[in-house]
Amino acid sequence: MNAQPIIEIRNLGKFYDGFEALSNVNLSIAPGERIVICGPSGSGKSTLIRCINRLEEHSTGDLFVDGIELSEDTKDIRAVRQEVGMVFQQFNLFPHLTVLENLTIGPIRVRKVAKAEAEARARKYLERVHIPEQADKYPAQLSGGQQQRVAIARSLCMEPRIMLFDEPTSALDPEMINEVLDVMVELAGTGMTMVVVTHEMGFARKVADRMVFMERGEIVEIAPPDVFFTAPKSDRCRAFLDQILEH
Amino acid sequence: MAEATATASAARPRRPITLRRVFASRIVSVALYAIVVWLIFRTARTGAEAMGYNWQWYRVPQYFLRRTEGGLELGELVTGLGASLLLSSVAFLLAIVVGLAVALLRLSNLVVGKAVARVFLEIVRNMPLLVLLYVFYYVGGPIFGLDRYVASVLCLGVFHGALVSEIFRAGINSVPRGQWEAAKSIGMTRGQSYRYIILPQSVRFMLPPLTGEAVNMIKSSAIVSVIAVAELTTAGRNIISDTYMSFEIWFTVAIVYLAVTLCLSVFVTRLERKYAVKT
Repeated sequence: MNAQPIIEIRNLGKFYDGFEALSNVNLSIAPGERIVICGPSGSGKSTLIRCINRLEEHSTGDLFVDGIELSEDTKDIRAVRQEVGMVFQQFNLFPHLTVLENLTIGPIRVRKVAKAEAEARARKYLERVHIPEQADKYPAQLSGGQQQRVAIARSLCMEPRIMLFDEPTSALDPEMINEVLDVMVELAGTGMTMVVVTHEMGFARKVADRMVFMERGEIVEIAPPDVFFTAPKSDRCRAFLDQILEH
Repeated sequence: MAEATATASAARPRRPITLRRVFASRIVSVALYAIVVWLIFRTARTGAEAMGYNWQWYRVPQYFLRRTEGGLELGELVTGLGASLLLSSVAFLLAIVVGLAVALLRLSNLVVGKAVARVFLEIVRNMPLLVLLYVFYYVGGPIFGLDRYVASVLCLGVFHGALVSEIFRAGINSVPRGQWEAAKSIGMTRGQSYRYIILPQSVRFMLPPLTGEAVNMIKSSAIVSVIAVAELTTAGRNIISDTYMSFEIWFTVAIVYLAVTLCLSVFVTRLERKYAVKT
């Protein structure tokens, strides 16, 4: 890890009135690195990932994304958000827009890309997520797996340097999980920096450079997947892995 | 049909016959409705007869349309209705602007903005419309040189603006939070999020109550007759002071208002259906 980190998290803390959601989180992520964060629910995984594009404001500590410090400065925040794509558990597609419009609205309105170019780009990424034929439908007409792939394409259309995934397959029916994971594996192959909160350990094993295990708002363990899955150091991590790998 | 009902009632356990169910049944409600309407008419008629009222319905049509040497001419009631609709429309546009501004202020992160919106809302909502009109006309009039028409438009616009702002606020709040987050995460500003993502989606939630408010606007526009702004109610009053046909004219004016507001409701129900299909 000789390169300048693209995400630098130092002593990060987050409090919701009295409740400590994150405490003293330190993590530095290199460009092109793929991080998978796991842990029991309520462990602060989502909060951490949402702090990275400031959908949540951290309470203490420092957070740098692509060399920009996240603070009150809204201009900086928007600059960061353009570089950071986010895929949500609930997809959050814009239901009043067609798939194509969902993909082009960001580039056109935020990046000020010409409409024709934005559409060409949108079709390219729809191809990339294997649903070019759905461009003119509305989100409600698609299956969950298709919607999530559109959501991924929407983020990619902003041509971000980092992609965040907040439990992207948790709201999907089992038979649709793989189509989304496949797209993510392909994306990992392009060298995109990815931070993924997920319980899909097969996916994690395949693409993660490092695994991060969180519990009660703290990072308990960081390890490469081969070490993480075979010889986790902490008991809590081992217990968690036993639980989810049981089936 | 009878068979279907029989099997359906056999499948379900029989519900006890309550007073509520009897009143809700179709025959009873239609009959009740007819009786009530008939009673009202009868009472009005016998009351009018008892006081020796001289009905002159034949004199009413001329106030809609009359023939003169110059050809057909619109009567006072029609021009009055036109004025009412124009007044209501202008005031409603103002109400939309005021309402949107107040709603956005209330939903903003500005402490002062929120407070201003809140105070405005409480003052306007808790004051009788008539008093507000007097304030605008008798206080605002001399100070800012408002004529009666401008004072009326401002008063109605501000009064309904407060109510419209609550409709906007509710509509905006009924868009799921995830939409905001998605808009933010592609780098949109607050303004862009409102314009391209949130407001287009909340129109669906706002349309039905906004219609109600448009209907209310037309109704409350009648109040400006107290400061003698030319509109439907004022026209009615003027005709009555000429002819003493108070029963006929007030009935007529009431029916004209009713016809307009009902048309509006039907029109917007259609509009809503169209919107619902699209999304």
